[in-house]
Amino acid sequence: MPRNESIEKILVIGSGPIVIGQAAEFDYSGTQACHSLKEEGYTVILANSNPATIMTDHTVADKVYMEPLTVEFLSKIIRKEKPDALLPTLGGQTGLNLAIELDESGILEEYNVELLGSSLEAIQKAEDREKFRTLMEELNEPVPPSDIVNNVEDAVNFVNEIGYPIIVRPAFTLGGTGGGMCDNEEELRHIVKNGLALSPVNQCLIEKSIAGFKEVEYEVIRDKKDQAIVVCNMENIDPVGIHTGDSIVVAPSITLSDKEYQMLRRVSLKLIRALEIEGGCNVQLALDPHSFDYYIIEVNPRVSRSSALASKATGYPIAKIAAKIAVGLTLDEITNPLTETTYACFEPSLDYIVTKIPRFPFDKFKTGDRRLGTQMKATGEIMAIGRNFEESILKGIRSLEIGNGDFHLPYLTEVDEAELRKRLIKADDERIFVLAELLRRDMTIEAIHKDTKIDYFFLRKFKYIIDLENELIDQPFNEDGLKKGKQLGFSDQQLARMWNSSETEIYNKRMETNISPVYKMVDTCAASIESTAPYFYSTYEEENESTVSEREKVLVLGSGPIRIGQGIEFDYATVHSIFAIQEMGYEAIIMNNNPETVSTDFSISDKLYFEPLTLEDVMHVVELEKPKGVIVQFGGQTAINLAAGLEERGVKILGTSLDAIDRAEDRNRFEGLLEELGLSRPEGKAVSDKDLVIPTAEEIGFPVLVRPSYVIGGSQMEIVYDVEELTRYLAKTPVISEAKPLLVDEYITGVEVDIDAVSDGITTVVPGVMEHIERSGVHSGDSIAVYPPQRLSETIKQKCLDATNKIAQTLNVVGLINIQFIIQNDEVYVIEVNPRASRTIPFISKITGLTMANLATRCILGESLADKGFTTEILPECEQVYVKSPVFSFEKLRSVDTTLGPEMKSTGEAIGYDATLEKALYKGLIASGLSIPFEGSVLLTVADKDKEEAFEIAERFHELGFNLYATEGTAKYITERNVPVQIVAKIGSEHQNVLSVVTQGKVQFVINTLSSGKQPRSDGFMIRREAVEHGIISLTNLDTATAILNVIDSTTLSAAAIENKGVIRG
Amino acid sequence: MCKRQLVLEDGTVFTGNAFGSMDPSTADVIFNTSMTGYQEVLSDPSYNGSIVVMTYPAIGSYGINRDDFESITPFVKGMIVKEAIDEPSNFRSEESLDSYMKTHGIPGISGIDTRMLTRILREKGTMKGRIITEGDDQALAPTGEDLSDLLVRETSITKPYIVPGKGKRIVVIDLGMKQSILHELMERGCDVTVVPYDYTVEEVLATKPDGILLSNGPGNPVQIKRTIETIKSLLGQVPIFGIGIGHQLLGLACGASIAKLHVGNYGTNYPVKDLATDQTWLTTQSRHYYIEEASLENIEITITHRSLNDRTIEGIKHNDYPAFSVQFNPEGAPGSNETNFLFDQFIDLIEAHILQNGADHHA
Repeated sequence: MPRNESIEKILVIGSGPIVIGQAAEFDYSGTQACHSLKEEGYTVILANSNPATIMTDHTVADKVYMEPLTVEFLSKIIRKEKPDALLPTLGGQTGLNLAIELDESGILEEYNVELLGSSLEAIQKAEDREKFRTLMEELNEPVPPSDIVNNVEDAVNFVNEIGYPIIVRPAFTLGGTGGGMCDNEEELRHIVKNGLALSPVNQCLIEKSIAGFKEVEYEVIRDKKDQAIVVCNMENIDPVGIHTGDSIVVAPSITLSDKEYQMLRRVSLKLIRALEIEGGCNVQLALDPHSFDYYIIEVNPRVSRSSALASKATGYPIAKIAAKIAVGLTLDEITNPLTETTYACFEPSLDYIVTKIPRFPFDKFKTGDRRLGTQMKATGEIMAIGRNFEESILKGIRSLEIGNGDFHLPYLTEVDEAELRKRLIKADDERIFVLAELLRRDMTIEAIHKDTKIDYFFLRKFKYIIDLENELIDQPFNEDGLKKGKQLGFSDQQLARMWNSSETEIYNKRMETNISPVYKMVDTCAASIESTAPYFYSTYEEENESTVSEREKVLVLGSGPIRIGQGIEFDYATVHSIFAIQEMGYEAIIMNNNPETVSTDFSISDKLYFEPLTLEDVMHVVELEKPKGVIVQFGGQTAINLAAGLEERGVKILGTSLDAIDRAEDRNRFEGLLEELGLSRPEGKAVSDKDLVIPTAEEIGFPVLVRPSYVIGGSQMEIVYDVEELTRYLAKTPVISEAKPLLVDEYITGVEVDIDAVSDGITTVVPGVMEHIERSGVHSGDSIAVYPPQRLSETIKQKCLDATNKIAQTLNVVGLINIQFIIQNDEVYVIEVNPRASRTIPFISKITGLTMANLATRCILGESLADKGFTTEILPECEQVYVKSPVFSFEKLRSVDTTLGPEMKSTGEAIGYDATLEKALYKGLIASGLSIPFEGSVLLTVADKDKEEAFEIAERFHELGFNLYATEGTAKYITERNVPVQIVAKIGSEHQNVLSVVTQGKVQFVINTLSSGKQPRSDGFMIRREAVEHGIISLTNLDTATAILNVIDSTTLSAAAIENKGVIRG
Repeated sequence: MCKRQLVLEDGTVFTGNAFGSMDPSTADVIFNTSMTGYQEVLSDPSYNGSIVVMTYPAIGSYGINRDDFESITPFVKGMIVKEAIDEPSNFRSEESLDSYMKTHGIPGISGIDTRMLTRILREKGTMKGRIITEGDDQALAPTGEDLSDLLVRETSITKPYIVPGKGKRIVVIDLGMKQSILHELMERGCDVTVVPYDYTVEEVLATKPDGILLSNGPGNPVQIKRTIETIKSLLGQVPIFGIGIGHQLLGLACGASIAKLHVGNYGTNYPVKDLATDQTWLTTQSRHYYIEEASLENIEITITHRSLNDRTIEGIKHNDYPAFSVQFNPEGAPGSNETNFLFDQFIDLIEAHILQNGADHHA
């Protein structure tokens, strides 16, 4: 059927900032969809507040609105653009929720906007638990016994009927936010209370637990002719009980017979037909391992994380096809882009096994609650492809960049068995490694099955890996053993550990004996139809299908799974680097392992190797493709960490040299560099002996900033104010050595400035200078950044440029460089130099119009900036003000302290822009998910050092009509200065106390600063957590508080009595 | 572990590990792309005369159960897999793939690059191949096209049997019938008589059928001359529904001709368009032949279904007589039975026929 001719202009809603449960997968699907719609000749208007996405590039849509994703702003866009249709199913839960709200607001009807994809009725039937259950009853499809409650007592009564264990799922929340499993009334009461607060409709589903069932997902697509197919099914290795986003998943299912497969397929297609979805849909099912009994867990009437995974796992581009279906095309007329000779109406056949493993943020949040359950906690994921299960999962494990790329976490060998057993049962993020350790200790798979309910198929495979390890361990460098190990996915690191050897030795031995992988194609059809898909994975088999072209090639390394500190921004830069390489006439080859991203869309590059990012895997591709060189500066720390090994093995690193990177990252060499250039920096030392840390700190003078060298996102970085705090810090810092020194720096307070520049080694161009709202001490990724800077003089900016230029020239930076400065009393201090892509690249590229990754790639490949008309300069500033606002996922990460500091905690970012700083800030904050109350109450509880500053804030809140609450000390300080404030008692007090005003919703803001270092479970911690869990704005930084005050101030008309001027009439 | 080899007609040799029976075997080497359903494939009589390469790499994971056989005796001549899983995991599993194949004399080879093998077969077309033990004579005895109806003779039955029911009386001409076809008929309450492929018209009519179902089966239909003759005589007398080779036989009986595909279609993901409704369905297929479109000129046949991808004929109906057929397997198994409404259409056709001609022959 031809495309829909009644519409011309389509508004697409993106998913906004990255949070846990809604990540890069929506950039991938959104980008595909926009391209797909444009391909069909429609005008595409895009609304997405996430500047770090490829989707918001001006080439992707005809018009891009990076405005907050709220009804208010979308209504403005609709009024202005008058789109004919709205496509919300590519923007995740955010998109769907907005579609419902927009409809309820009446604007869709008013402007006659047609909804594409799923009908509102279908969205509601799938999303609203009650309607969903009714639908399932109508269809005669089983769902676990459940009830919807609006209060805690109803929940308790219902569970008394059906019995424990039960699962609580709050309605309309992302990634199951606030849900959880309960085994008793206490847990039930706690989780339901929290869930009700988080649910926008104050609703929770209480459901009988079917933990232990197989969890199976089907990705299905339907068109308006009612043709429907399954793109891929997936089986969770972790049975029901752990959120599918946090589960290890294999595709296609492997323990289901055809009867079971077809039964669940039939159900899935029945559901998508019943919901009349035109596009993609995800169906989650639970299957009893001992019978044909099944339950429907959930239906998502949109593209999802799973659909991105299914697309990458099969090669079938779900979002692209779904977008075409939404505008009226049908499956039987859309071409399969991989074969180009067949159609989209078919079900991919895989001849490999795909594994997905989630990546968790607990390397950052050491004190976080690591237990896995119904609430998703992973920030990202990796995918691996192998020709057998062992190969697939082991490739996956080494893609995680956890430990040594080995199915083995060294520290677990020290953990006693009882503890391991406990962790096996109470699944946490390291369960797969715990399982391996227990197998090494000869725990039987029967016992493991009893504890985990993981299917025997998988357990036997895990055991087989360990058995083979034990078998090979006594035959170091045995050729057959080596070959067998490699065929089953053993990494060189694993073999090196087993054989007490080194990765290089193993690698060399393999090269001598010709044990290296071949590459197989992902073609949707298991080689049954000739295909030209440039999409490959490695395996140890006979025939290599990746034919090497005659063209000159450049290999770009991606950034792997999304984690805190290494997000979608790096994928953005990677993709732009690929584009530039292609524009310059080279063949662009990408290696990456993240299924959520745009860079792993096979249509982006000339060739995609979906592979782990480890030395051996990169070397194999290099040896086959023989590229001109490898670009590592866009792939975050993942790619940078590979540079040394690659260079050692004779691979050319393109762009800034490895030595330059080392000069910026090695503390002593960095100091030397700045000294040589006459640049100031906070006084500091790298200490490689634990005993010398305190003396060094005393010598520099407290407060000091401490952190380990070579870290991502300020991991374990803290500001400590005295010896006591430092001692506490040292106690939790495991190793300090020559190789891994501890950096101790003077802590300078001032304005923090961020600069991203492109350099060819001679000319250095700074598209824009960014200034942080928060003073130094808050990680740059967690601060609000403002462009153009509002508080910097021309002289300061010039000083920053000069410093940037000097550093870039001296390091001979070719490509990108990011420098962070602190400005104190007109003095410019250099605090950090990163000669690579930073997280602000997409933000600054979009607002200044200079696509930095592209320009940088051109420099890397030999073009000169001067030839392009650039001089060493800061480009002229734009008139509007742009704000980058961090977005956190605290409500999903229990027990994580929300206080801002040198260690990065945000998962994403939003943009706000307008004519003035206040307006831009307002939009940025709204876009980041805050709703700013313009009246109400503020709770203040601040450290002594902050009281003076906090008072100014309190006074202004008071002037704006807010009521003030404060703890004793703070209240005293405020009262003494004649501002009215209500005292609240300490936690635990029966009267109105500091916690109860939060939990009872009496305050709209909490302003809390830290008194002393990091004390987990302190009162402050509890207040901050309660605030997060009750959706109350919690500010731990006074600069952020002031900024918000300015926003409120500028948009509020306060009531003030007219002053008696005392004029006397004559 | 014992090494076994697959020697192809073109001289390519793949060496892998033995599983299943250690017998030698010579047959057409074909590949099957279904990701589940190896048990159904193994036991589908249509695979008589074939060594099957499974493209999905992990075969045997859920074992062999007592419910999913498509015939009591398997006919497949060998199975080539990337990995044969020894220890199955599924609540219905009764034995492993290896043990089943040993019991039934089916040789297997695991551990070869099945994707490479598939690629070769796709490019060069189906070839003969031979499974041998490493060190045995690799020479492939020159084998021309088998011109007998031997394959069907093996897969059909020798004596008829009845599966009683209260509904329409269906005679299944068994060319190598899959049990799932019988299941579909039983689910519709049919009273089924299964007869050998070489039953004569008189013998068929003596059972007083309401409808005739021409089953699936192996090999080249042209050689099954007796069945073609039978169908010719039955046309117009009794409603006919053909499946797989039954479809090809109906075509031949109507005067169409048959050609061989370069690469056979074996798998569960073949899209087929119903031309009347413009709906595309995912179908299971196991076929190497197709009805040539050009041969339908001047024949009273309408094309009802086409392959979405290569546009070859997937279904026909007779313009004058109550007879229709599909190339694919509406019963699925393995694969979806989403087109099993064709069995309902068959029953409807029978009812319409009875209404038109009276149910006199039941008297």
